[in-house]
Amino acid sequence: MRRLVSGVVLVFVISAVAFSLLYVSGGDIARRILGVNATQATVAQKTHELGLDRSLFSQYTDWLGSALSGDFGRSWFSGQLVSESLGQRLPVTLSIVVGATLLAAIVSVVIGVLAAVRGGWVDRVVQVISVLGFAVPGFLVALALVLFFAIDLGWFRATGYIAFADSASGWLQSVTLPVLALSLAVIASVAAQIRGAVIDALARDYVRTLRSRGLPTGRIVVRHVLRNAGGPALAVLAVQFVGLLGGAVIVEQVFALPGIGQLAVSATSQGDIPVVMGLVIVTAVIVVVTNLVIDLAQAYLNPKVRLS
Amino acid sequence: MTSTPVSPAPATTPAKVSLTGRLLRNPTGLVSLVILLLVVLVALFGSFLAPKDPDAASLSTILAPPGTDGLLLGGDSAGRDVLSRLLVSTQISVAAGFVALIVALVLGTAGGLVAGYRGGWFDTVSSWLTSLLMALPGMIVLLAARAVLGPSVFTSMAIFGVLMAPAYYRLVYASVTSVRAELYVDAAKVSGLSDPRIVARHILRVVRAPVIIQSAIIMGIALAIQSGLEFLGLGDTETPTWGSMLNDGFANIYKEPILMLWPSLAIAITCTALVLLANAMRDELEQSRKPRRRRNAPAAVVERADTVATHPDDAHSPRGETLLSVRDLVVGYAQRDGSTKVVVHGIDLDVRRGEVHGLIGESGSGKTQTAFGVLGLLPAGGRVVGGSIVFDGTELTGLKESEVRKLRGVRMAYIPQEPMSNLDPSFTIGYQLTEPMRVTKGMSKAEAKEKALALLARVGIPDPERTYKAYPHEVSGGMAQRVLIAGAVSCEPDLLIADEPTTALDVTVQAEVLDLLRDLQAERDMGLLMVTHNFGVVADLCDRVSVMQHGRIVETGPVRGIFTDPRHEYTRALLEAVVLEDGDPRGELGATPAAAPAAGTTGDATDDNEEVHA
Repeated sequence: MRRLVSGVVLVFVISAVAFSLLYVSGGDIARRILGVNATQATVAQKTHELGLDRSLFSQYTDWLGSALSGDFGRSWFSGQLVSESLGQRLPVTLSIVVGATLLAAIVSVVIGVLAAVRGGWVDRVVQVISVLGFAVPGFLVALALVLFFAIDLGWFRATGYIAFADSASGWLQSVTLPVLALSLAVIASVAAQIRGAVIDALARDYVRTLRSRGLPTGRIVVRHVLRNAGGPALAVLAVQFVGLLGGAVIVEQVFALPGIGQLAVSATSQGDIPVVMGLVIVTAVIVVVTNLVIDLAQAYLNPKVRLS
Repeated sequence: MTSTPVSPAPATTPAKVSLTGRLLRNPTGLVSLVILLLVVLVALFGSFLAPKDPDAASLSTILAPPGTDGLLLGGDSAGRDVLSRLLVSTQISVAAGFVALIVALVLGTAGGLVAGYRGGWFDTVSSWLTSLLMALPGMIVLLAARAVLGPSVFTSMAIFGVLMAPAYYRLVYASVTSVRAELYVDAAKVSGLSDPRIVARHILRVVRAPVIIQSAIIMGIALAIQSGLEFLGLGDTETPTWGSMLNDGFANIYKEPILMLWPSLAIAITCTALVLLANAMRDELEQSRKPRRRRNAPAAVVERADTVATHPDDAHSPRGETLLSVRDLVVGYAQRDGSTKVVVHGIDLDVRRGEVHGLIGESGSGKTQTAFGVLGLLPAGGRVVGGSIVFDGTELTGLKESEVRKLRGVRMAYIPQEPMSNLDPSFTIGYQLTEPMRVTKGMSKAEAKEKALALLARVGIPDPERTYKAYPHEVSGGMAQRVLIAGAVSCEPDLLIADEPTTALDVTVQAEVLDLLRDLQAERDMGLLMVTHNFGVVADLCDRVSVMQHGRIVETGPVRGIFTDPRHEYTRALLEAVVLEDGDPRGELGATPAAAPAAGTTGDATDDNEEVHA
C-alpha cells in the first residue's frame, strides 16, 4: 500500500517536472508549429490559442485536470487525440517488450542454471556471450537480424506490424525479429545474474543438508535453488523491462513498427509537446506498475516478506 | 610441514603491483587497452589522417562500392568519402562520450561523497533523486530533452551523464558509508585532519579502482546510446558521428548494406573493448586479494602421524558390528595453482553399530572435513584423495555420486551445526521434512505427513501441527535443530553423523538436544559419529573417542580410558581446557610438543576451509 502511494507520488512529480521543462520554451512553440514564414501576429494568436501565454502553473493544473479524466489533449500537428494514438500504439510496443522479457526470462534461467551447475566450458561460453551481449549495442543486433533473416533469407517480414486480432501468424511473423533483437542483450545480462544467484544459492548450508537427505541434485536445483534465486532474478528482470522500453524506441524504428517508440521519435523531432508529455506519463505509469508487480511477486516468493 | 610448500619470499616482486602493471600482463586487458588507445589516437588525429574532406559531396561517388575512385571504403549517399568520415566521426563520437562520462563522474562522485560523508537532508534528497533517475527509461528522457533543447549530440550526452550519475553515486555512497565507520577515519579526525583531506586521503583511495571500472562500462553505454540516438536521425545531421553514418547506411540498406558495416564495427569493437577492459580490471583486482598463481604446481604432500595412542576396549564398550570403517583417509582441496592442499592426513576411524563415537579437536583440526568426506558432501574443490571408506560392507570411495546418494538419508544421515542456515527459508518445515521421505522412500503425501508429525512430537516439539506449517524463520534455533534431527532420522538411517550439533544453541537447550540424540541413538540402535570440540559433550554422550589435531588422529579409545589416562599432550591440553572453563576451548592450544611441527607453516586445514594467505 505504501508502495502504491509512493508510486502515485512519483508519477505526479515526473509529470510536474516534465511539464515545466517541456513548456518553459513558451513562445518558440507556436513559431515552430506555424513555420518560419508566419507573421508575428499569427504566432501570438496561436500562442494564445494554445494557452501558452498563461502562467506555467495554471497551464499545468489545467493539463493535470484533464489528464486525470484521461484527456491528454490533442497533437499539435496531426490533431489526433493523444490518448487515442497512445492507445493504438501501446499494444505494439507492449507485445514486443513483454515478449522479449518473457523469452529472455526463460532462456536466461536455462542457460544461467546450466552455467552455474555444470561449470566448465558451458560456463565459459555463457560468460563470453554475456560480455558480447552487454557490449554490442542492441540496435546493431537488430540491424544484423534484419539483414540476415529478413533481407537475405526472407523468412520474416523486415518491417511493419500485423495486429494479433487480424492474423495470429502474421502477428507472430512481424514480432519475432524485434523480440529476438530486444531479448538478446537482456538474456546476456540476466543469464549472468542468474548464474551468480544460483552459484550463491548452491553454496548455502541447506543445500548440503538437503543432499545429505538423499535428494538428487537436479531436484534440489529446480525446487530449492531456483526458488531462492528467484528474488534477485526478478529484480534484475524488472530493471531490464524498464530498459527495454527505451530499447524498443530503436528497434521499432529499425523494423518500422508503429509503436510508442516510433511515436516518441516523430513527436520529439517535431516538438509535439502534448504527445511527448503523454508518452512520459505512460512510461512513468508502466514503470510504477512494473515495480508494484515485482514487489508482489517478491512477497509471494519470500515468506518472510509475505508475513510482515 | 604442511601440504602446501611455503611460497618463495616475495622479495623479487614488489608486494603491491599497480593495477596498470597487472593489466598489461593480462592478455584481455592488454588487447583492450591497445584497441582503446588506437581509438583515442584516431579521435585526436583523425582529422589529419583523413585522405579527403569528410564533407565534400560528389555526385560521381554516390554509394560507390569500396575501392572505387580511390575511396578505400567507398562513398556514402552524398558521395562523401566513408573512410574520411569514419576517421573524423570518431573524434566527435568519443568526445561526446567523454562529455557523458565526465558529467556522470563529477555529479555522481561528488554527490556520493557529500551524501555519504555528511548524511542529513542532503543524503535523503539525493538518495530520492537517485531512485527517481534510475526509475526512468533513459531513452525516453533523452527524446523528451531533445524535443526541448534541440539536436546537439553534446547536449544529449550531458543529459545522459546526469542520468548515469546514480551509478557512481551508489558506488561512492556505499564505500563512503562503510569507510566512514572505520576506525582509521576516526583516528584521522582526532588527529586534526580537515574533512576534505580525510576524504581525499582515505576515501577516494578506496573508491578509485571501482570508479575506474565503472567508467569503462559507462563510456561503453554512452557510446551505444549516443549512436542509437543518432541512428534514429535525432542527432545533428551536419556533424558526422558513428550513429549518423549508420543512419545513412540504414537508409540505403537495400542498395549498399556495406555502408552500415564500418560504423557498426567501430561501435561494436570500441564497446566490447571497454567492457572487456572493465572485466579484466575487476578480475585483476579480485585476484590481487588472493595468492598469485604459481607455475610449478607441487604434488600434494601427506604427513602421516607417527603413532596413534590407542587404548584397548574396556567392559563398557559396545560390541556391535563395525558400521563405518575409515582407513588412511586423505581429504584435500584443489588450489588455484593446481596443487592440492591436504586437510586430513590419512586417518583411521571405526564406528560400530549402537555406539556413540566422539571425534574431538579444535577448529581447523579436520574433523568436519572427515565427516563431509564420509558423506560425500565436501564443498566445491574438495575431494577424497586417498584411503578407503567402507560403510556396512560397501566401499564408498570411487562410487558414483548417484550411488552414494542412495545411501544418504536412508542409510547414513547428517545433523548440521548451525540450525537456521540449514533450513531452506522459502519452504515450510513440513515440506522440508516430507520431501526426502517421499523422494527416497516413495511415500505418499499423507503417509509422509503423518510420519513427520510423529517425528516432530518425538523430538519434543510442543505443537507439531503448528511447526509443520511454519517457515524456518518462525521457529527458534533450538526448535530448528530439533527439526533437523527429526529430518536426519526420518528415513531410519543406521549411521548418524552430527557436526557439532549443539554449538550454536543456548546452554540450556544444549543439554536437552544431547539427551534427545542419546535417546534416539539408543532406541534405534544407530551408530553416531559425534563431531565436537567439547570434552564435556564427549563425557556426556560418547562411548569411544578419537582426538584429532592438524588433520591427524593422535589418540583413540574408550572414553573412560582416555579420561583416566590421557597419553597425548594434546589430549591433556583439551581436557585441562574443560576443567578450566566449561565452555568452548576455541583458542589455539598450540604450545604442546605435538603442535610444534606445525609452527611456522603457511596455514592449517580449517574446518570451514578459510582462505589461506601464503
